[in-house]
Amino acid sequence: MPKSVEAEVVVIGGGPAGMAAAVSSWEHGARKIFLLERNPHLGGILNQCIHPGFGLHVFGEELTGPEYAERYIEALQKTGVEVLTDTTVLEVRRDRTVVAVNRNGVFAFHPQAVVFAVGCRERTRGMIRLPGTRPSGIFTAGCAQYLVNVEGYLPGRRAVILGSGDIGLIMARRLTLEGVQVKAVVEIRPTLSGLLRNYVQCLQDFGIPLLLSHTVFEVLGKERVEGVLVGEVDERGKPRGELRHIPCDTLLLSVGLIPESELLRKAGIPLCPSSGGPFVDEDFACDVPGFFACGNVVAVFDLVDYVTKSAERIGQRICKQKQEEPPPLVVRPGRGVATLVPQRIREGKEGFLYVRPKESFRKARLSFVQGGKEFYAVTIPICRPGEMIRLELSQVPWPGERGEVQVVLEGERHVDTL
Amino acid sequence: MSIPSEVLCIVCPLGCRIGVEEKDGEFFFRGGCARGKSYAAQEVTHPCRIVTTTVRVRCGEIPRLPVRTSHPFPKDRIFDLMEFLRSFEVEAPVQRGTVLARNLLGTGIDLVATRTIRRLEREGEYSKEAEAATSQSSSWPQE
Repeated sequence: MPKSVEAEVVVIGGGPAGMAAAVSSWEHGARKIFLLERNPHLGGILNQCIHPGFGLHVFGEELTGPEYAERYIEALQKTGVEVLTDTTVLEVRRDRTVVAVNRNGVFAFHPQAVVFAVGCRERTRGMIRLPGTRPSGIFTAGCAQYLVNVEGYLPGRRAVILGSGDIGLIMARRLTLEGVQVKAVVEIRPTLSGLLRNYVQCLQDFGIPLLLSHTVFEVLGKERVEGVLVGEVDERGKPRGELRHIPCDTLLLSVGLIPESELLRKAGIPLCPSSGGPFVDEDFACDVPGFFACGNVVAVFDLVDYVTKSAERIGQRICKQKQEEPPPLVVRPGRGVATLVPQRIREGKEGFLYVRPKESFRKARLSFVQGGKEFYAVTIPICRPGEMIRLELSQVPWPGERGEVQVVLEGERHVDTL
Repeated sequence: MSIPSEVLCIVCPLGCRIGVEEKDGEFFFRGGCARGKSYAAQEVTHPCRIVTTTVRVRCGEIPRLPVRTSHPFPKDRIFDLMEFLRSFEVEAPVQRGTVLARNLLGTGIDLVATRTIRRLEREGEYSKEAEAATSQSSSWPQE
C-alpha cells in the first residue's frame, strides 16, 4: 500500500515551469506544497542549455540556462516548498490522487490542486517516418545536447542535422566548437524553423550550409551511420531532382517538440488537438477543476521567460479557492494560426494570449472573430512560425456573452532569403 | 578577415538586411535603423560573441562544468579559446559566478562558472560513467 500524504498543492516537474508554479503558490499563501522531480537535480532542460539568451524578459539580462535555473532554485530554497528529487510520478487520478515512487517507497498524495509542469519531448525518427537502416549514430538534438553538455560525450565526428529548430541550430554551433564537422542543416520547409538570430550566430558564423526545401531521404550504414541521402522537395514534400550522398557518422534530429501529456490523458483531462497539451484558461487551469498545467506541456513556448510567466499565474488562482463555473469563452485557432494559448477565457483581464503562426507573414493582421463578425484586430510588422506572437489579454475587448472566438492571421507571404 | 557585403540584422525580429560598403577604410551602411547600423558596424569591424562551453570538473557531482566568457569574445579567436579550454580543469565545489580564469588569451575577458557544483564527499558517490565521461575529454577531436 502506498503511504498516504496530505498536501495542499502537488507540482509535478522541477523545471522552470514547476519551480515558478511552486514559488508562486507559496507566495500566495499555499502551504504543504510538494515539488516532485524525477531527476536528481532541479532545473530540467535548462541545465543542458548552456548557451546564453534566457531571462531577458524575467530578469532583464541575458543568462545561460543553468544560471536561469539556479536563480529559481535559490528562490525555491527561501520558501517552505518540500522538494522531492529522484521521485517519479506513476499515475494521476481524476480524484487528484498523485502516486509517486522514490527510494523511500511509494506515496499517494491527496492535494487540493495538482500542477502538471512536465514539459515536452522531442519528436523522434519514427514520427517523421525516416527510411533507411537502423545504425547507431542517430540522436535527437536534445539528447545529443545532454550527452555533450552534461555528460561530456561527443556523439560523433561528422554530423548532419535534420530540421532547423532552435535546438538543432544551437547544437550545430556547439558541435562545431567541440571539433565536430557539421556538414549541413537540412530543413524540409522553405523557411527556417528556429529564430533568425540562431541562424546568424550558429550557422552563418561558422559557415555551416542550410539546405531549405531539402530533406533526408535515406539513412545509410549498417553498424554505424555512414551517410545520408539528401534531396530537394517541392511544396508538397515530394522529391525533386537527384539525391546527394553526404557522408557522416551522426544524424541529429531537430524536428519538433510535443507536449508530454501522457499523465494528463490518463487522468481524463481534455486535450487540445492543435497543441497536444491540455486546454487551459488564462490562469492555466485545466478544464477539470483542481488541475493546472504550465510551461511546455501546455504548448511549446519559444522563450523560457514565457514558461515562467505562465506558471506564475497559477499561485493566485490556487489560493482563491472559489466555486468555479466553466469559463465563458472558448478561443479557437483559425486560418493562419497553428496553435494558441489559452483556449479558454474567464475574465480576459490579466495574462497573455500566445499565438503561433502557421507561416511567415509581413504586415500581418491578427483578427478576432465571433459569429462571423470581426470585433478586434491588431497589425504585426512581421511574424514567423519560430516566434510566438504575444498579446496582453486586456487589450482585446472580449465579448461579454459566452461563446466562441476565432483568431485568424493573414498577411503577405514572407520568405527570409537565407 | 573578409568584409561581408551585407549584414543580417538580429537586433529585433524584423531581420533587416543592411548593406555594407567600404570606401577608403570607412564603412557605409544601407538600410536598417540606427540600432541596426551600429550593430552592423560592430559586426564588420570587431564581431564578438559570448562563448559558452563546458570544462572538466574533478570530484564534482556531475563531470562537466558549464562556463561562459564574462564579455563578448572576439569571434576570430573563438577556436583558440576552445583549444585553451580543452586542457583546462577545475576542482569541485564550484560556485556559480566564480571567475575561473582571468584575461583569457590576453583579451582582458574572464571565464565564469555558470552552475554551482557540489563536491562529492564519498568516493563511491562518483559514478563510473561520470569518470569515463571526464577522462574521455583528452581524446576529443583536435582539428
